[in-house]
Formats: sequence, structure tokens, C-alpha cells
Amino acid sequence: MNYIASKPELKVVGTRPVRPDGVDKVTGRAQFGADMALPGMLWAKVKRSPHAHARIVSIDTSKALQLPGVRAVATAEDFPDIPSEEAFVGEGPMNFRDLSRNCMARGKALYEGHAVAAVAAISQAIADAALDLIEVEYEVLPHVIDVEAAMRPDAPLLHDDLFTQGLAEKPAKPSNVAKRVAFKKGDVEAGFREAEVVVEGRYTTQPVHQAYIEPHACVVSVAADGQAQIYSSSQGQFMVRAYCAKLLGWDLSNIRAVPLEIGGGFGGKTLVYLEPVALVLAKKSGRPVKMVMTREEVFRATGPTSGGVIEVKIGAKRDGTIVAAQQVLKYQAGAFPGSPIGPGCMCGFAMYDLPNVDVVGYDVVSNRPKVAAYRAPGAPLSSWAVECAMDDLALKLGMDPIALREKNGVRDGSKTHYGPSFRDIGFLETLAAAKNHPHYRALLGPNQGRGVACGFWFNIGGESSGAVHINEDGTASVVSGNPDIGGSRASMAMMAAEVLGIPVEKVRPIVGDTSSIGFSHLTGGSRVTFATGMAVTQAAERVVEQLKARAAQIWEIPAEAVEWRDGAAYPAGSNAGAFEPLTLAQIAEKAARTGGPISSEVSLNAQGAGPGFGAHICDVEVDPETGRTTILRYTAVQDVGKAIHPSYVEGQIQGGVAQGVGWALNEEYIYDAQGRLENPGFLDYRVPVASDLPRIEAVMVEVPNPRHPFGARGVGEVPIVPPMAAVGNAIRAATGIRMYDLPMSPPRMRVALDSAKAS
Amino acid sequence: MSKHHVTTTINGEPVEFLCEAQETMLDVLRNTLNLTGSKEGCASGDCGACSVICDGKLICSCLMLGVEAEGRAITTVEGVADGEELHPVQRKFLEHAALQCGFCTPGLIVASKALLDENPNPTEEEARYWLAGNLCRCTGYDKILAAVMDAAAEMRGETRA
Repeated sequence: MNYIASKPELKVVGTRPVRPDGVDKVTGRAQFGADMALPGMLWAKVKRSPHAHARIVSIDTSKALQLPGVRAVATAEDFPDIPSEEAFVGEGPMNFRDLSRNCMARGKALYEGHAVAAVAAISQAIADAALDLIEVEYEVLPHVIDVEAAMRPDAPLLHDDLFTQGLAEKPAKPSNVAKRVAFKKGDVEAGFREAEVVVEGRYTTQPVHQAYIEPHACVVSVAADGQAQIYSSSQGQFMVRAYCAKLLGWDLSNIRAVPLEIGGGFGGKTLVYLEPVALVLAKKSGRPVKMVMTREEVFRATGPTSGGVIEVKIGAKRDGTIVAAQQVLKYQAGAFPGSPIGPGCMCGFAMYDLPNVDVVGYDVVSNRPKVAAYRAPGAPLSSWAVECAMDDLALKLGMDPIALREKNGVRDGSKTHYGPSFRDIGFLETLAAAKNHPHYRALLGPNQGRGVACGFWFNIGGESSGAVHINEDGTASVVSGNPDIGGSRASMAMMAAEVLGIPVEKVRPIVGDTSSIGFSHLTGGSRVTFATGMAVTQAAERVVEQLKARAAQIWEIPAEAVEWRDGAAYPAGSNAGAFEPLTLAQIAEKAARTGGPISSEVSLNAQGAGPGFGAHICDVEVDPETGRTTILRYTAVQDVGKAIHPSYVEGQIQGGVAQGVGWALNEEYIYDAQGRLENPGFLDYRVPVASDLPRIEAVMVEVPNPRHPFGARGVGEVPIVPPMAAVGNAIRAATGIRMYDLPMSPPRMRVALDSAKAS
Repeated sequence: MSKHHVTTTINGEPVEFLCEAQETMLDVLRNTLNLTGSKEGCASGDCGACSVICDGKLICSCLMLGVEAEGRAITTVEGVADGEELHPVQRKFLEHAALQCGFCTPGLIVASKALLDENPNPTEEEARYWLAGNLCRCTGYDKILAAVMDAAAEMRGETRA
């Protein structure tokens, strides 16, 4: 059923109730990954490579094993050497062989921090001491960190079996270029010949970390018959189960993955690092094993997202009509192939209806940690370049930057350069709301400037399960298969309450483990409120059908003659008024006598996720002496389809903006000449703190997604796409200087300001 | 290596524990006393997820040694509410949706309480600088500031704006 048209007056959806897991979280009761403990559990730690690139000549664990209190040691020899096989389990394609070798290095250490061995002991102190007793002999190899250096023919080679995919012919020699992707629409050269104004630029970004505050953690146990339990914090209990089973060659049915509260993920917890290692140690020792990463390990060995080099060129007519657009993107994948180069190539120009487009992208490995998804993976880098170029184009044309985007913006029927056409999108509505916002006309002072930038994300659906159980007293339980990363339990309960017609406080949601709910793709791609919400809504609708049937049975009338409204069954049609209505609680009470428990579980593969668009306005002040950029005001407008719980929708937008501001101004991975990360901590890798930011105004535009019962579209990823360019464009407006390299940190701004002054 | 015997007060209750000289208060809270509300996000005093109040002062428990608790009074997130009665800061965090994943929330609750204990009428800028030691990666701090300012107003007995 679609509630957008048929039920305009929603009672629960669109309100702002207290989230069901809230009290546990403000009182410290909520149990996150590292809060779990099992009787008799061991602590395990990982020994990591101190080298950026080295052949592992030998690993001697004998001394560590002799240390009293050490119960097990693991190296790559304890994992099956699985063949190359790619599958879509996380937020993008993953090669199981690579994942296995990322969890435990086999033959070579490919980045500083790469796991080479692990040890489980009766205390953390003994495990730490045992790590020092593991002797690893390395043959240090030349390394490469920079993406373009890694692409050179003479670059140190990470994998001697890596041949560039996507070329007309398989290359004769291996290289660090894992893949070339290309998208073409029209004739870009003809387009540029037609152009009257051309802008271009070469933009760079550094890898940035998702920087969830909760480090990775898990507790596992393995019984002698092979049945295993995994308690961990991740973006998908089914993802954890699938990866562990694949990497260890175990049956899925022998693994029960229990999702604990997740302390932030942003894409970074869509793969496993610790769980397979912990399972091996638990199996070898016969004891439960707990593993918790340090912050330094999180920085050195997990995430981050790609850095890259993005060249962009855009040609337009004098009236602002864009006639040609070209992009070359080189994304760092880290030690194994798999940067988000595909979405990067699609997202930059996705917002504009362009006749002639040519985009080429390269996925490049180097001696850095394997990248993980990070909020709209690939899009922020691409849009950083395109949205800066759009600003340059507006300036050159003497056009308002929003008007330029309105002129070229996609609308229903626009065909993208990567294939599909858009329908039921709200980009123009989003631009209009930005243009009409008072912020856009507010006055600015000296050294201040205003920037505008836009962002796009596909949003996805996918396999999802949700169950609704009616309890004997007329309350309801909702079970979903998706970890709640930002308030989705609240949305699930609200959608179920809306359908059932009872107060949301009477509906309590949980996230089920892999044995208590049907398969669900992980929490990512901004899919949960859309796809899992669809499953929960359908489950609630099936429950309503059962409730109506039970009422009909009690009244001895046909089920079609019962209607459900406001949480009660009413006789309808010719029977209208013939019986007193039966409330959900009254029907629940009689359930045993009318056919048994009332519940429904729906598993589906949701299609039709509505893409999301955002338009951001940012005011900055640049201190001409220190080069420090202060964000003065920020307004983020986004088409959210329909906000189920508006506060958590706003929160997604505000949080995405804050992360984008960090990406724009502060955050970067810094390496020394040996390829060692120099800033693996929150002191030197500086994420935005409360005093760095102003209030962030989130403006929700609601163009309903007709393929979701309540019109919802994903909201979590779009807001991280525009901020880098919004800040960069604001800096350009404040200083007249176009910054091409992220982050636009004070030292970099100082250099730019000084050289502008000199010239 | 023999352990040290420590006598202290935690959340108003007398507590004794044994700890090694190098163990942090955070490790004692989490691993010895099973008070896992205080979180470890960095173990270097940079993220504030382990914030506790020690003798009236807001500190990172990861930078305090367990043995330093001797004779002191410590409040953790578990001791902020008065039994079933949530502290206004806790209530306002819920009303304003000032949390997403909730991992930084215990530290922010403790830090916000400490702020309002010391300064019942902070400006938003003062609150932002006070909370600058508590990282939140989810919310962008917007709703956290709204919650703290609203809690302050309520605790001063002012009607809500």
C-alpha cells in the first residue's frame, strides 16, 4: 500500500518521538562491541608490519607460545588460501582472497600496520608481551604511496598478478592500475568545439578516515562441534557471517552473528578485520576470544576512503548551457583493488543534463591500508572537482551559481552519462529552496565569502527482512536485520505503528541476529529506512490483514467486510455499525482462540530507491594572517523524499556536513618518506570539534519517492558530497583564490595567500 | 607484580578494587568494575568518550591511573541519573535527538553535566569550547548544543524558548 496518496494525514510518520534505544544510550547501558564479555574469555592482539612494503621471510611464534598465559597464535598459515572470487557482500564488490590477505598478510606486508600475526592470552598485558616475542623476518621492498607515482611503469609493484582490467586487450605486464573504467555520452570533442567558455582544473584529495569514535571490537566463541557465536559491532551481522564463513571455509549455519550497538561506521564497518582472526584463535584455544583495536590500529589498518587526482574540464555556451564535460579520475585503492572509482565516475556529472560527456577513471593500488566505503563512496572526490569547476564557470559567465545549476540540472527524464534516466527526483526543487533561503541573500563582511555546491547519491534498496509480532497485550515487537547506525530502529517502529494504528511507544524494535531474522543486506547505501522500512511496513500490513480476519471470525462476517482504522477493526459495508469495534489489544487477547499468534515476517529485495540531491550554502571567513578558515554559517538543503523521523533526517544532514567540513579543512593522512603514517591519532588527525562549527541548518525538501510506502528516500550519504566544494567556493569568494588541493588547511592557505600577494 | 588496593567512591557508593600500577581508571571502570558506560575511543585524552567527573572536575578517565582514585569521588555516566529520574541533560539529549550512534553520548552527558554544574548559564560559544574535548562524528554537534542550551535553561527554571 502506498500511504502518500491514500493517507495524507499520518499520525506517527513525520513526528519526532524519543528513539526507543535512547535511554540506554544516555545512561551508559547500551552495549557496544567492546562492552561485551564472555566467561573464560581470552584477549587477543595483532602484530602489525612496521614496513610499508616487505616480503615476509619467516615468522617464528615459538617464544610467544612459550610465554605463560598465551593460549594461541595465528598467522596466515591458519587461514585457507582461498582463490580470487568477487562478490557483492558489503557496500561494493569485494574479492574474498584480498579480504583474507587484508585480515592476515600472506607472503607480503603491503602497508604499515598490515596484520602479520595474532596472539590470544589470558590478559591484555600478556598478549601485548607475547606480540614482542613473535619474530618476523622481513625483506623490505621499495614502496609507493602517491597515486600517480604508483601508476608509473617503473613503480614498485604490489601484486605481480594484477593486470589492468577494462582495457581493450589484457596488458602484457602487471601494474598497480587495477582497473580502467570509462563512460561516454555523445561526442565530447564536438561539444568542446561548440563551447564558448571553457573551465578546467586539476584537483587533489588526500585519504580521510571515517573516524567513527568506536574502534572495531568483537567477542567470539567456537564450540567443539564448530558452532560459533560472533558478538561484534558492524554495519551488517549477515555481512560478518558471510565474510567469516567464506574466509574460513565454514558453514553459514554454524555461525551466529549477533549485532551489538555500533558506535559509528559511515561505511567503514562494512567489512571485517578482527572477526575471522578471533574465530581462528578461539578455535585453536577452545576459549572465547575478545579483540578490540586501539585508535592507532584503526587509523593504520582500517578504512580510510580514497584520496585521488581528478581532472575536470567543462565547456558551455554564453547562456550557461553546458555542451561538454570531461573528467579523468585516479583513485587510490590502498593495498588491494577496490576504490570507489565506479561511483566516482558516475556521480560528478550526474546532477547535470549534459549532451556530451567523457569520463575515465583508474583504480590504483599503493602501499596504504585497503580503502573502505565512506559515505557516498567516490562521490565527494569527484564532486569536489566538478562543483569547483561549476563555480569557476558561473564566475566566467557572470551567472549566479544556483541559476547555472538550474539551467543544467537534471529533471524527470534526464538521461545520465552512465545509462539510466531519472524519474521522480527533486533536484530543481532543492535548488529552488536554496535560492530562496534567506541565507543566500545575507550580508557578508570583510575576508568573508559564500560558496554553493551540490551533491548526488544513488541510494540503494536490496535484500531486507522485517518482522512484526503482536504481543498478547496488544503491544508489538519489530525485528529487523539491519544494525541501527543513526536511529533506524525509531523509523522502523514508527512505520509499523503508523500501519497498525497504535502509539509508537507500544511498538518496540530490535535488531535481530543472523538466526532470528531473514537475510538482510548490510546497513549502507542509505538503504535501511527505504528497503528495510518497506519490509517492516509490509509485515505490519500483513499483520493488519490477520487482525481483520480475526475480527471477522469473532463477528462471523467475511474478512472483506472489516476495515482497519486507528488501531481497531470496524465492521464495514452492510455490516457497518453492527458490532462494537475491536481494538488491536482486544483481538490480541483472543488470539489463542482465533488461530494462534499474530505475526508476520517479510523478506524482499527492494527496488526503486529514489536518488537524493543536495544543495549547500556555506559562508566562511579566511584569516589573512594565519590562513585559518572559519565556517560562519552553513545551510544544507536536501530532497529527502519523506522524513520518517525528521530529527534523525536533519541529524544525518548535519553530521554529513560536519564530516565534509573536516575533509575540506583539516583531515588527511600524512606519510613519512618510509611510507609510515605520521598522524594515527585524534590529536594530529583532527576531526571537527564543537568549537570548529556553527549551527548547521538542515532544510528538508520532500519530493516523495513513489516506490516507498511513505515516500522515503535515502538521506545519509548525499550530505557529505557538497561540503568540500561549498567551502572551496566560499574561500574563492572570500580571497579570490581557487584552491585545488584538499585539505585547505591553514598552512596550505598561507602558501596560497602569500603567493597571491607576491603575484 | 602485586596489585594496589584502592578505596574510593564511585557514583556515591563506596568501592574497593585492586589494580596494577599502570592500569588506567578507564580500564578499572570497564574491565574490573564492569561500568562499561565510559567508552574508550582513543586512550590518549583526545576524544572524551571516557569523560568522568573526579572530585568535581571533568577529566578523561583514560588519562587517570586507577590508583589515583584513592580517596576521591568519581561520577561516571552510570551515576548521572537519579535512579529512574533522568538528569535534565539526558532528557534533553533524547528530546532533541542529540545522538545518533550513541557511542560518544556517555562522555558528552558527563561533560555537559560538568559544564552546567560549573556554569549554569553558558553562552553557546562557551558550551562549544567546553565540549570541544568530546568528539562526535555523527551529529555535527548541532543538536547536542541545542540539547545542552535547553537543559541549561530548564535547570535555571526559565521557560523554554
